[in-house]
Amino acid sequence: MNLTIREALLAFRRAPLLSALSVTTIAFSLFVVGLFGLVAVNLQDALRGVAERVEIVAYLLPGTPIESITLAEKDIEAFPEVYSAVYVSEDSALARARAELVEFRDVLQELERNPLPASIEVKLKPRFRDAEHVNDVADRLRGFGFVDDVRFGRDWVEKLDRLRQIAAAVGLVVGAAFAVVAIIIIGTTIRMAVLQRSREIAIMRLVGATNGFIRRPFLLQGAIKGMLGGLVAVGLSYGAYTLINRWLIQAAFFSTVQALAIVGFGTLIGLFGSAASVGRHLRRV
Amino acid sequence: MIKFTNVFKAFPKGGLALKDVSFHIAKGEFVFLTGHSGAGKSTVLKLVYAEEPVTSGEVRVSGFNVAELRPRDVPMLRRRLGIVFQDFRLLEDRPAEENVAFALEVTGARRSSIPARVMRVLTQVGLAAKAQAYPRELSGGEQQRVAIARALVNEPSVLLADEPTGNLDERATRGVFQLLRDINASGTAVVMATHDLDLVRQAPYRVIELQEGALVYDSAVDEPRDQAATP
Ligand SMILES: Nc1ncnc2c1ncn2[C@@H]1O[C@H](COP(=O)(O)OP(=O)(O)OP(=O)(O)O)[C@@H](O)[C@H]1O
Ligand SMILES: [Mg+2]
Repeated sequence: MNLTIREALLAFRRAPLLSALSVTTIAFSLFVVGLFGLVAVNLQDALRGVAERVEIVAYLLPGTPIESITLAEKDIEAFPEVYSAVYVSEDSALARARAELVEFRDVLQELERNPLPASIEVKLKPRFRDAEHVNDVADRLRGFGFVDDVRFGRDWVEKLDRLRQIAAAVGLVVGAAFAVVAIIIIGTTIRMAVLQRSREIAIMRLVGATNGFIRRPFLLQGAIKGMLGGLVAVGLSYGAYTLINRWLIQAAFFSTVQALAIVGFGTLIGLFGSAASVGRHLRRV
Repeated sequence: MIKFTNVFKAFPKGGLALKDVSFHIAKGEFVFLTGHSGAGKSTVLKLVYAEEPVTSGEVRVSGFNVAELRPRDVPMLRRRLGIVFQDFRLLEDRPAEENVAFALEVTGARRSSIPARVMRVLTQVGLAAKAQAYPRELSGGEQQRVAIARALVNEPSVLLADEPTGNLDERATRGVFQLLRDINASGTAVVMATHDLDLVRQAPYRVIELQEGALVYDSAVDEPRDQAATP
């Protein structure tokens, strides 16, 4: 077996407790990051559902000729942001109201005149479903002469935007904080390993080992610890997910790529933690 | 091979450890480095293997300009040297053969060539039978032989020995010294720091004596002294 790999693995036998400690701390740090990730994943799913309902309704003046409407529909559908534009006539608006508002069926039944205006319902493409684009499209719709009024859930759209931004920011900040903690912990355990083996390192130097050669087993060791921590974190997250799914709400789990990203992140944390620590201490030992 | 020209060495805390030291050691020579405790013997060796920076002057070791050596070239210099200490400096957690193999592995030697080379040097130092013994299972003399084997396995052109017999009894001392003489006889230069004047008198080798950091006597240059090497 290669000396680097052998020395790296030997570290787990030499200091099993210390190794377990660093794997566990990385695992828990990444687990917390993972929980936030799960929240983010599920929030994202939920938001997508809400966002799908974001639509803009342009109410039309009564008596607008159907030809103009059909033309306008085509025009609107050609907007780059627009996913679909659907004309809803007065009659179908009423029919829909009757079907949806069961409690008021009697009232609606007895109407002499249809009070509901015709409208064009506009849905935006997913990536344009934010406040800025919604406002923009609404303004353009107002430009049509026969459009009486344009409505959209302005507050809704803006709140949705803010929620999305907050979720992203919190996830990022918490994730970064825990990553730093994990790097410090890995760095500390590697530093202890370096100090524990300072005599050996001095002898390696004496017989002509390069710093890179001395560093390599420690880096590998850190990377392995980080990877194990990442795997445990994904396992813990899956456990939490299973519990939540059974007892609380229907939720989604990470995709394979996301799970691999957590393991990869753990590996990187382990690598950087040990690189920072070994580099500094090799200069001193 | 090893050439000091007007070398000064000052430690950050403490005064001048070497003052204007110049000498030239040729290929294949055997040289004793003598002097009282604190005279600067270990310091001379540390400058040779670039453990300490040179304060001023020039130090050349088998083609390397040590005073101007970049840190990343230090390992290359050390692979050309074998170094032995009073306290052996073996790794306690592995047997003799692995202590020796270690020195080959760190230099990236071909793996398949390692066992044979290790056995060859262990045989050379007379310890082939104890290849699997751990340092704690070996006598001081035997541990020093393992350390010498480790120093030799990279086939250095110079062996530096800092009081290699300092921890050994008379018998073991004689054995180790004889081993160093054999090594020298096969062409490797040996620089041995020691205060064992009996050893120094016993052999017809060159003597360089330091006193408070200054070179006070070099048998290759100065008149021979028939009395003790140290006044
Ligand atoms: N790292 C250091 N920092 C400060 N002073 C040092 C250092 N190393 C050695 N010295 C000083 O340099 C001088 C020479 O030390 P050196 O170890 O070379 O002596 P030596 O001849 O090997 O002595 P000994 O026979 O006791 O081993 C001493 O005065 C010592 O105190
Ligand atoms: Mg000394």
